[in-house]
Amino acid sequence: MAEPFLSIQHVRKSFGATTVVEDFNLDVAPGEFVSFLGPSGCGKTTVLRMVAGFEEPSAGKIVVGGKDITRLKPNQRNVGMVFQAYALFPNLTVAQNIAFGLKVGGMPRADADRRVAEMLDMIKLPQMADRYPYQLSGGQQQRIALARAIAPKPKLLLLDEPLSALDAKVRVSLREEIRSIQKKLGITTIFVTHDQEEALSISDRIAVMYGGRAEQVGTPFEIYNRPATKFVANFVGTLNVLEGKVTDAAMGTVQVNNQEVSLKGKLNGSKSGDTLSLALRPEAISLGRQPGHDASLSGEIAEVHFLGSVIRVRVGVGGNTVSLDTFNNSTTPPPAVGDKADISFSSGDMLVLH
Amino acid sequence: MKSGRFWAWVVFILGAAYFFIPLIATIEFSLRMRRGVYSFDAYKVVLGDSQFQATFLFSVIVAIFTILLGVLIVVPTAYWIRLRLPQLRPIVEFITLLPLVIPAIVIVFGYIRMYGSNSPLPFLGSNLGANALLVIGYAALALPYMYRAVDTGLRTIDVRTLTEAAQILGAGWGTIITRVILPNVLIAVLSGAFLTFAIVIGEFTMASLLNRPAFGPYLQNLVANRAYEPAALSIIAFIITWGCMSLIQILSRFAPRSASRPN
Repeated sequence: MAEPFLSIQHVRKSFGATTVVEDFNLDVAPGEFVSFLGPSGCGKTTVLRMVAGFEEPSAGKIVVGGKDITRLKPNQRNVGMVFQAYALFPNLTVAQNIAFGLKVGGMPRADADRRVAEMLDMIKLPQMADRYPYQLSGGQQQRIALARAIAPKPKLLLLDEPLSALDAKVRVSLREEIRSIQKKLGITTIFVTHDQEEALSISDRIAVMYGGRAEQVGTPFEIYNRPATKFVANFVGTLNVLEGKVTDAAMGTVQVNNQEVSLKGKLNGSKSGDTLSLALRPEAISLGRQPGHDASLSGEIAEVHFLGSVIRVRVGVGGNTVSLDTFNNSTTPPPAVGDKADISFSSGDMLVLH
Repeated sequence: MKSGRFWAWVVFILGAAYFFIPLIATIEFSLRMRRGVYSFDAYKVVLGDSQFQATFLFSVIVAIFTILLGVLIVVPTAYWIRLRLPQLRPIVEFITLLPLVIPAIVIVFGYIRMYGSNSPLPFLGSNLGANALLVIGYAALALPYMYRAVDTGLRTIDVRTLTEAAQILGAGWGTIITRVILPNVLIAVLSGAFLTFAIVIGEFTMASLLNRPAFGPYLQNLVANRAYEPAALSIIAFIITWGCMSLIQILSRFAPRSASRPN
């Protein structure tokens, strides 16, 4: 990466004897949209709050635009933030909320009014200027909160689970809007979420966190298709896990439920006799033997769910159950429970979990 | 259900009677100054008395300074406790309750010992000093009410998140308290302010022992020497207190509304 805009270097945070962030490192390029994804308690919000200045790191440093901001107060960092609970000031109108940062910064009234109008146009709520927060819906409030954060032209934008308090439909439309605005303005952005669909759909890169550490940092494609750890593989997307045993490490042969599968090139470091956890995404598996799939397993249909355009099938393979989706075909009825069935996949799609 | 309602009404009527009968009796007595006919003569005497005007004005001015001092001490304290030192809340609450336990006369005797004319800080040696001590004493007396009112007001807002939102937008502590916190707890502050006002207007012990020309000692003097005028004065004081309470209700309509309190 060329010179990063935001650099989080060996940051650690402890509260008493409890370490919540352990040696976190991340470089973010200018204009990049990076999501912190992980379950509750993984430390993602704590890292964000350290970048904002609300928590002081126990160790490490945070550099923004070449300047070490680790010890700066929040009001000295020129960073914008959107909170989960909106945090609009109840005593101020929408226009006054958006103008708050501008007035604190000493912007002349006329310029501030112009900027507020510009922000209201950007979030498509020009008619709401004189309303109070209690008169707005959750989605509207969050858009106002975004406008307020961006109005002073911060060099970095932080969003702390901004969509968690909203209903599903509003979440989808608002996340697209956030991404669109971010791209248009080119602000370097950190987005914290526990929703993998959110992170996958709008991020340039994702940092998957667990236990205070970054398990993997990569593009959504890399995170989903090449998970570096078992946690990432399980947390992101649906995963079918099969237990196997290495029968021939040199040839890359693994036995799954007394059936041999060739995984050449994937068994680095494993020895014959080792047991492994092998994983497959549902979309990588086909029912029946398909051309282009060099591996297959035999099993029995355990469950069939007709969902309309998609048929979700669960196949028992020995002691494991494999989920796969197949498209509805008007000429071919879905399989019946108890039918013998083969599943096929490309050995390249099988993940070996560590 | 009907039986429950019946007894609810009985209790209500008894409570109302307990409250209103003495009040009606006092009003009735206050109108009897002119023999044989009801008149407002007692009220005219009281309101026309230059002593009434002077002492009432003095008490009002002292009340205003007391309220200002109370707000200056309590609002930042309650805010800081809520934001950064929640573990100290029980201690602070205990301290704010002390004025309810320690009699005013004890406070005044302490004043006389600490600030008498022979001490290094002879506040009692001048009118201004004595007035200042009176304001400080009243602020202490009103502390339980002011602190509780402000603390309750702070509970209705998300103090931490609003503070962080203001900080990240560049605001310092002064701006945060004056433009974010205080406006959102203004009604609570006003509740505390009117309670403080009611306490100050009616307070006797401190004003008397510090020899201040306040309303409380005037009221006591009138009671000791006149008949109908004290009743009229009680009704006037009652009306003023109820007026203050009504103002709180009216002003609460202008409080910043939230989704949880849309009306």
